[in-house]
Amino acid sequence: MLARVRAALRDVPPDEAPKDVPVERGYRTRDDAPPGELIDRFAERVEEYEARVLRVDADQVAAAVATACAARGARRLVIPHDLPAEWRPDGVELVADRVGAPLDHATLDGLDGALTGCALGIAETGTIVLDSGAGQGRRVISLLPDYHLCVVGADRVVGSVPEAVAALADAVAAGRPLTWISGPSATSDIELDRVEGVHGPRTLEVLLVG
Amino acid sequence: MSAEVGFRPEPFPVAARTALADAQLRRNLGKATTTIRAKRAQVVGELDDWEALREAGRALKERVLRHLDDYLEQLEESVTQAGGHVHWARDAAEANRIVAEIVTGHGEREVVKVKSLTTDETGLNEALAAAGVSAWETDLAELIVQLGRDASSHILVPAIHKSRAEIRELFLRTLDVDELTDEPTELAGAARAHLRRKFLSARVGVSGVNFALADSGTVCVVESEGNGRMCVTLPDVLVSVMGIEKVVPTWRDLEVFLQLLPRSSTGERMNPYTSFWTGVADGDGPQEFHLVLLDNGRTDVLADRIGRQTLNCIRCSACLNVCPVYERTGGHAYRSVYPGPIGAILTPQLQGIDRAGSLPFASTLCGACYEVCPVKIDIPEVLVHLRARVVEHAAGTRPVPGPEALSMRALGWVFADRRRYEAAQRAARAGSVTISRHGRIRRLPGPLAAWTEGRDAPTVARQSFRQWWAARGGAR
Ligand code: SF4
Repeated sequence: MLARVRAALRDVPPDEAPKDVPVERGYRTRDDAPPGELIDRFAERVEEYEARVLRVDADQVAAAVATACAARGARRLVIPHDLPAEWRPDGVELVADRVGAPLDHATLDGLDGALTGCALGIAETGTIVLDSGAGQGRRVISLLPDYHLCVVGADRVVGSVPEAVAALADAVAAGRPLTWISGPSATSDIELDRVEGVHGPRTLEVLLVG
Repeated sequence: MSAEVGFRPEPFPVAARTALADAQLRRNLGKATTTIRAKRAQVVGELDDWEALREAGRALKERVLRHLDDYLEQLEESVTQAGGHVHWARDAAEANRIVAEIVTGHGEREVVKVKSLTTDETGLNEALAAAGVSAWETDLAELIVQLGRDASSHILVPAIHKSRAEIRELFLRTLDVDELTDEPTELAGAARAHLRRKFLSARVGVSGVNFALADSGTVCVVESEGNGRMCVTLPDVLVSVMGIEKVVPTWRDLEVFLQLLPRSSTGERMNPYTSFWTGVADGDGPQEFHLVLLDNGRTDVLADRIGRQTLNCIRCSACLNVCPVYERTGGHAYRSVYPGPIGAILTPQLQGIDRAGSLPFASTLCGACYEVCPVKIDIPEVLVHLRARVVEHAAGTRPVPGPEALSMRALGWVFADRRRYEAAQRAARAGSVTISRHGRIRRLPGPLAAWTEGRDAPTVARQSFRQWWAARGGAR
């Protein structure tokens, strides 16, 4: 097959290298807006996807988790084994997914929600990125439960997609799986009405910290 | 299984006539294309560097295609290094056989699938069925299409031709539910429950690929519903099938495509879910990963210097939504898994001019598709080029070709009417400035001058058009 590809490219001079084909990156690679503005924009755009955003102080995370769970009657949440201790509330049963002793899919499917951190947030698109780093766990834990509560540090919000891509380069190079999440699961397949939630979590809530 | 599975033989004019008569289809399509068009225009308008992104997207694709052999070799190496297996498939039959062998090799009789045009193109579901394997489509729309035994009518919203009442009726008949209203939320809920059972039991997942990075071997799937995440995360074994043109040089290059694709496609700043994985991740997701690289006619497209840009396509479907022909006839009329303007240029090149020769004429050359295309495929240029090839082919095989009568009308439609003619020019001017490339004429002489004021005409096509015009005895 490679021979067919090469035959098809007979018009390309043999001494041409890929880099010889010019790629002009004339687009913006950063957003220089002040951090406060970026954080506001992030919150606004996440909400436009019909996800709820709660802004809390660093010492209020656990309490906010408890309140959010109480509001929707969520009693049992899956958490990654390394979720920061100060995010863990009383009064909610936390089921840890451990390396070496992972929860099976049926168990995860039966839980009320997932509580995770994230790698970063993108202001321009209202996107949360999980990169399998600390406090995030396996991909499946934020997938099977119907409710995803995600803690985003305000200092992790970047302006634009190119900034996010740059910040995630190491995780990709290390072979870690990534999930970019922009709002809850959605479809517009039925007469183009946006319906929240077909397969992924039908509710996404974001705790924006700091 | 032959290479053309998934393509149907009825020519565009015949199929289009049938579709034009279907009022429901026309209403749904009209609503759909108008809605998506408006959303796209809004989110594209938000980015003042959109034209620079488009140009970078085009240039990156050009770089990839001119050095596709290098990038494919790199990709194979990096995927293998990350613990994945790479397979090369010359045609649809070979790709299908590879997938079927992986599935049956694990003793499995079921797979869960996330919507993929590439596996539609190869007719994978039918091939798996023949091998005794049931493939469950898991996109809501694909499920609707599969349960209704339909072909899909839009790249992005395949069930665009079905009303909610029809969907309700279909679910009541085929899913295990007793009561159901036609509320979209309830319909989606019924599909969710049905498919959740499949997801939890399936051991093999099958997906397409939006982008694959040559440098790291990372594969990317862009989606909305979460079924993509399910398919690439839950099963023990994952098989992803990609056209060879989907390779992208480096991770950094996705900063361009991840802006271009969602805004052009669903008209969102970002689609709900995008998954990236690199081979096999220890303890997370499938522990066996296969990547199938599919040719199936793509190297023929690559060999045609004008047609080559067709492989830039990132399947966003923006060109469908602005196409006046598509809006009126719908996707089924194209008789291919690739409808609309992109289908009109891709299908005849993949399938061969002799099989889909009427498709390049299913356009008015208004240029709207080029303007919205995020990777700047000059669809009108390729159309005109293909028309020339069709006419040349027909001249070599039979005296007076039948379907070309339509072509006369299609071309004539723009040329004959001053207003349309000017509209076409305005449309072309509103887009970015057409870059003059080698082998193109900036201005045609005489009465055709106005035609080139807003656009360039490719040399080859112009000559063929005139030969053809003369052969037809001039105007009629
Ligand atoms: S041809 Fe361009 S506009 Fe059409 S689907 Fe492909 S990338 Fe999108």
